[in-house]
Amino acid sequence: MTAEFWIIQTFNGLSYGALLFLLASGLSLIFGVMRIVNLAHGSYFMLGGYVGLSVVWRTGSFAAAVLVGALAIALIGIAMERLFLRRLSGQVLGQVLMTIGFALIFQDAALLIWGGDPYTIPVPGPLRGVLRAGALSFPTYRAFIVVVAAVVATLLWLALDRTRVGARIRAAVDDAEMAQGVGINVPLLSLAVFALGAFLAAMGGVIGGAFLGVYPGADFEVLPYAFVVVIVGGLGSLPGAMVGSLLVGLLDNFGKALFPELSYFTLFAPMALILALRPTGLFGRA
Amino acid sequence: MLEIADVHTYYGESHVLHGVSLAVGPGEIVTILGRNGMGKTTLIRSVIGFTPARRGTIRFKGEDITRWPPFRAVEHGMGLVPQGRRVFPSLTVRENLEVAARGNGGRWTLAKVHELFPRLQERAGNRANKLSGGEQQMLAIGRALMTNPDLLLMDEPTEGLAPLLVREVGRVIAELKREGLSILLVEQNLPMALKVADRVHVLSRGQIVYSSTPSELSANHEIQSRYLGV
Ligand SMILES: Nc1ncnc2c1ncn2[C@@H]1O[C@H](COP(=O)(O)OP(=O)(O)O)[C@@H](O)[C@H]1O
Ligand SMILES: [Mg+2]
Repeated sequence: MTAEFWIIQTFNGLSYGALLFLLASGLSLIFGVMRIVNLAHGSYFMLGGYVGLSVVWRTGSFAAAVLVGALAIALIGIAMERLFLRRLSGQVLGQVLMTIGFALIFQDAALLIWGGDPYTIPVPGPLRGVLRAGALSFPTYRAFIVVVAAVVATLLWLALDRTRVGARIRAAVDDAEMAQGVGINVPLLSLAVFALGAFLAAMGGVIGGAFLGVYPGADFEVLPYAFVVVIVGGLGSLPGAMVGSLLVGLLDNFGKALFPELSYFTLFAPMALILALRPTGLFGRA
Repeated sequence: MLEIADVHTYYGESHVLHGVSLAVGPGEIVTILGRNGMGKTTLIRSVIGFTPARRGTIRFKGEDITRWPPFRAVEHGMGLVPQGRRVFPSLTVRENLEVAARGNGGRWTLAKVHELFPRLQERAGNRANKLSGGEQQMLAIGRALMTNPDLLLMDEPTEGLAPLLVREVGRVIAELKREGLSILLVEQNLPMALKVADRVHVLSRGQIVYSSTPSELSANHEIQSRYLGV
């Protein structure tokens, strides 16, 4: 194994982790504020990809695909929270079942609308090709994903840490009932966080659709990864989602590259170890 | 200000409050006494809306708020100092106060809370979970004041505090009363409760079993030993 192998694989793991961050950061915040285990979160990723695909077919614009895909799925998220999940607030099992139901409905709907064939969202011109550094070359598009995730992470962090709304969200993550007890409109805040989470996941779906593809089953394929990130990082913690995404991206990538037949083991064994040592995840609190 | 009428509250199937009625007038301090597990916290939870009453009504400043979500009750002028303080541990002291600010141009501002509790200003940048128990209690009171309440619900604000701090909380309550705030106070510390209250109610097994002025209760040793274990 050469140094080149390690550098390239690290970069690949990093870019996969970046994509996972887009998917998992919202899931983590949603759980933090609402304690909802949203099993339809992977569906937002898949649906975002499909909507993005349709937009690219119509308009040829990648930027429009990202924007429209993310907004359309955010609206679906809003409807799901407002009209259905809110009615079951506090009933954990009922909510989980409902999100599974939604995930299955979304799966069938996608099959009905877009059929069973796999597609790839075309990478826009300027992002094709490779970046060279000496003898090494990196796909430009993967570097783009890392940049997007870094920008999103920075914006999320600034919003959470430096703004009044961010402080309210953190208060609700700490103690949602007490947050209402100081006058914070937690139902509205929850809706906004839910929409943001769906937006980011769908954005990940469009962006990821250009290198993982858009296909039936993508929803349930990415879902476990998102949950591993959230659980390892710590529920409701943004820094946890960042570190968790990178960790899972790297572990998964090296696992697949080094021990292809053991790739689930190389991903889940470290996760089990982390949870054994820190049951609340790396950044979580009890 | 606050009228609680025949309130019944449940946790699931467990019936905890059995028809509680009481009222708090403007500028009045009404104290609820009673042993552990008698339903005092449940009464506070029903008033703020955490565990809404299943039967009966709660009226506050002319509105029937029985089924309002808690944040609306707070917007309408109700402040809560919960049992166990429940400050937001990962927020700084300043953030704990700021998230409660309603921006409704009321009397209470960060500066005014700092004036009442200078210690909170010194520790403004610290995370709330780094504070001592007494400081957390000051923060919980300051946070409730930031919502600019007309009525303050206080659930055992002296629980677990050293005698010096109990006196400090007593001083603050007296000062808030002078400012015209109405207070519904749950308290296990009998001397302190008797000192600040205008009227007292004793709660036992989810029912009010005795109501009087502080001086009457102070003289009634039978009630004290039967319901308060004094
Ligand atoms: N969340 C809850 N779920 C079920 N029962 C509860 C809950 N909270 C309190 N109780 C029960 O309700 C009764 C009254 O409790 P509480 O109102 O906390 O009493 P107090 O504040 O007077 O000590 C107790 O029997 C207690 O066990
Ligand atoms: Mg209590």
